[in-house]
Amino acid sequence: MADQRIRLYVTDPATASVTLMATTKQSSSGWPARVYERLRQSGVTQVGYVPDAGHATLIAMANNDAEVTATMCTTEEESIAIATGAWLGGMRSAVLMQSSGVGNCINMLSLPVQTRTPLLMLVTMRGEWAEFNPWQVPMGQATQPALEAIGVQTVRVSDPDAVEAAVAQAAIMAFEADQQVAVLISQQLLGAKQW
Amino acid sequence: MVTNEPDRMDRRQAVAQLVAERSNALIVTGLGSPSYDVHAAGDDDRNYYLWGAMGGAALVGLGLALAQPTRRVMVITGDGEQLMAYGALATIAVANPANLDVFVLDNEHYGETGMQMSHTSRGIDLAAVAEASGFAETALLRRFDDVVQLTQHRSWHDFTGPRLFVLKIHAEPTQRSLPPRDAVLIKNRFRAHLGLDPN
Repeated sequence: MADQRIRLYVTDPATASVTLMATTKQSSSGWPARVYERLRQSGVTQVGYVPDAGHATLIAMANNDAEVTATMCTTEEESIAIATGAWLGGMRSAVLMQSSGVGNCINMLSLPVQTRTPLLMLVTMRGEWAEFNPWQVPMGQATQPALEAIGVQTVRVSDPDAVEAAVAQAAIMAFEADQQVAVLISQQLLGAKQW
Repeated sequence: MVTNEPDRMDRRQAVAQLVAERSNALIVTGLGSPSYDVHAAGDDDRNYYLWGAMGGAALVGLGLALAQPTRRVMVITGDGEQLMAYGALATIAVANPANLDVFVLDNEHYGETGMQMSHTSRGIDLAAVAEASGFAETALLRRFDDVVQLTQHRSWHDFTGPRLFVLKIHAEPTQRSLPPRDAVLIKNRFRAHLGLDPN
């Protein structure tokens, strides 16, 4: 099945106005929708994010879900602190970011690591496969070792059919075993950026 | 170091007033002196003290406020800690939690590292930044009486936030009052207060 361009809209319940949230490429494998369902089945009701092309579908689905609070952040480290506060108050979160954003998070990750607070990160990778932009390469290459250095476990997926299972097990490790886990979604899986 | 400026207040006295008038609010503290100030006002299961994660206090408060919409959340932090999370003021304003109040204890210095000047000593006004960002209410408080008036105002206990209050305090060393450094202990007793599993 060929990839299709789709447009994602958000409806503001207060004003009933409809806003174009994102234009994105619908993955032919449909992994984002399955991952979103899995997150919801895992009890996730908060999502923190910095806008990202690879996560566009998940972000739009979170914003369209009346039972989920989606919080847009100015930098990725904010989402780590928000997720920690959410767990403190009894809510499960997922944080969505690109690999470059992991670099913004490092010291803030000491918060869930040191407080032994569940953390579920979904990271779309850049700088590792058919990357045209050299500026993405340093942080892309440093993402996994940086996460592991601060104490976050990583699991890498390159097969679109394996993302759902990787997220499902990561949710168990986070929410049941109090771990800090990042699922790294490879650039090979996402495909080279079209621009 | 000037300690008797008339347009400044004593941090311990101010924080004691805020804590005394908390009703049943949950409190998150920024690392360093704000954590000591809140601890000095009386340790409590409803307090969540940070010893690190600089820039995280108001955002932990945001996540908590969103998860506990029926409880008021008070973040008590310092100017340096909040300056590190300048963008957080935009994130909080957009998220728009009615039950979140941020109190910035502003001595215009970094107390933990030797009293170096902060940006607020050079004109940065965090209350004005919060106001411009879209906080529902902001104020700059200079005297202890201002804090008393705030806590006695009829809207004090209302969920009309997000609100941000800057309290101008003296830049003087204060005796440390140390909360437990065991982050898991603090987390578990806080969650237990909310009736949540201690894990």
